[in-house]
Amino acid sequence: MENPAFVHHAVLLSLVLFGLGTLGVFLRRNVITVLMCVELMLNGVNLAFVAFSRAHGTLDAQVLVFFVMVVAAAEAAVGLAIVIALHRHKDTLDLDAFNLMKG
Amino acid sequence: MTPFTQDLLIAVVKIAVVIGTLLGAFSLMTWIERRTLAFMQYRLGPNRTGPFGLFQPIADGIKLFFKEEVMPAAADKWTFLAAPVVAVATALLATAVIPYGPPFSLPGWSWLPEWLQGRDVQILIADLEVGLLFIFAVTALGVYGLVLAGWAANSKYSLLGGLRSSAQMFSYELALGLSWVTLIMAAQSFRINDIVAGQAGWFWNWNVVLHFPAFLVYFLAASAEVARIPFDLPEGESEIVAGFHTEYSSMRFALIQMGEYINLITVAVLATNLFLGGWNSGIPGIPETLLGFPLGFLWWGAKVAFVLFVFIWLRGTLPRFRYDQLMQFGWKVLIPAAAVWVMIFAGWVALAGRGG
Amino acid sequence: MDAVLFYVFAALAVASAVVVIAQRNAIYSAFALVVTLCSLAVIFALLGSPFIAALQVIVYAGAIMVLFLFVLMLLNVRREEDHPAAGGRTLRGVGLALVTLLVLQAGTVLLRSDLRPAAEFDASTVEMAETLFSPQFLYAFEATSILILAALVGAVVLAKKEL
Repeated sequence: MENPAFVHHAVLLSLVLFGLGTLGVFLRRNVITVLMCVELMLNGVNLAFVAFSRAHGTLDAQVLVFFVMVVAAAEAAVGLAIVIALHRHKDTLDLDAFNLMKG
Repeated sequence: MTPFTQDLLIAVVKIAVVIGTLLGAFSLMTWIERRTLAFMQYRLGPNRTGPFGLFQPIADGIKLFFKEEVMPAAADKWTFLAAPVVAVATALLATAVIPYGPPFSLPGWSWLPEWLQGRDVQILIADLEVGLLFIFAVTALGVYGLVLAGWAANSKYSLLGGLRSSAQMFSYELALGLSWVTLIMAAQSFRINDIVAGQAGWFWNWNVVLHFPAFLVYFLAASAEVARIPFDLPEGESEIVAGFHTEYSSMRFALIQMGEYINLITVAVLATNLFLGGWNSGIPGIPETLLGFPLGFLWWGAKVAFVLFVFIWLRGTLPRFRYDQLMQFGWKVLIPAAAVWVMIFAGWVALAGRGG
Repeated sequence: MDAVLFYVFAALAVASAVVVIAQRNAIYSAFALVVTLCSLAVIFALLGSPFIAALQVIVYAGAIMVLFLFVLMLLNVRREEDHPAAGGRTLRGVGLALVTLLVLQAGTVLLRSDLRPAAEFDASTVEMAETLFSPQFLYAFEATSILILAALVGAVVLAKKEL
């Protein structure tokens, strides 16, 4: 590996992706886009795991990546089912419209 | 010339050979399919343009080139333009890890530069450690071509066809992947070269004999993946016009067709390599080369041609599945069958302690 | 060569992530997310994990994102409403995200800036399988299959029109 610093840069990249995902979760108003930004955050975490696994030379972190992917798949499926049910009720995908539990 | 540059040059030549041959094979396949179907239906097929209608693909190409490109006004412009590109790109990407013949050594012709004379090459662009996983991944990405095409045209037929098509495709992907698991277990490697090498010797060593259930599942799942009859509901002309490619005309339509035929050829080549013994002749005594020409190409070519013929034969014979029958078949029949075969074979490997 | 590829695909991943959060049209966000996922897969392969790279494409880009696209197309989402969020929420959101980022970044820089790749690293599929089915992770592996079953049933029940 010519530039061994890129393991460190991979962790920085994962931070950037995580930060962008958080930004998206706060800024976007479409429910599905918010879910996609959550997936972005999960991917940032996956990248950090893989980078650390490379740094330490063990595979435990990669097994964790496997589990994170499985959980993300399950969460995406259930989350989208909830979105479909919500859309059936309110006919909109705007986050601000689902405020029944407010105040 | 550094080894890196040498490898790069050889890789570029291989890419040119593979893509050139695939595109040529695509046009030839259209002719072969139309003639064979015609003969099965007791008629002649294209026989006017050139001898035996052999110039028909060229004529079709010229016609498609000059047709007017229509784009619906309400269509999503960039997605509409990108969909055929994605379809063809994923089809061609899968061809990068498939061997198209046996490894052979270049003869020592004097007009070749010396680093090429007698060098061992194989028409295999990238010999990945995880070859079969890569093919699975690229097939998973192939769904996007359909999804994009269906959505972009903003018409009901297209959307419905696109959704049905992609649902069919990723349902049968699971069965496809599961059918490869026992082959990987037997060869203990993801590389296709290793799986072919494991089928050397007599023809009863071929995986079609040893893993026959896997072969059945693979064949049916592959037919559904490339949307051939009897699984071609996505383009069922009599039912939803032309499905996801309703609104495409001219060269974009030709691109989508090209993607489909290249997928078909890829699937047939995979069937040959994985199940029918690849370039092994099946009879141990036959020499490897004849006058310097590696005979493996002959056996391999004959097997691929046979598999393609069977695909065309099925197309000419069977009616089409209804959509719910199709989905039931994929989820309730093929996947359990593949899973049961995996369990049986894994149990046998574990109990018998057999490596391969 | 590896390093060049890494920086190219890292830039691509960041660029498409920005498109994900900035694009008004949800479908374009989904496509940009697919690009991000695929460039991340390349980075995983460069970091020496071909199995995880293949899984990333097969599971994330090939299945989860197709699910997202299906839902987006079925619910016929076109363009997101354009009026900005009410009451300074944007500013607070951006501020919070930046603070999080800075805190995490400070942690990384201060604590682990000496990350170097380990000398011996074998992440082939055989090693991965051995680790996955080792006694340490076997229970979790089996538990994930129950998790997926629960998610399957839950998704079907939640999305049904009438129970």
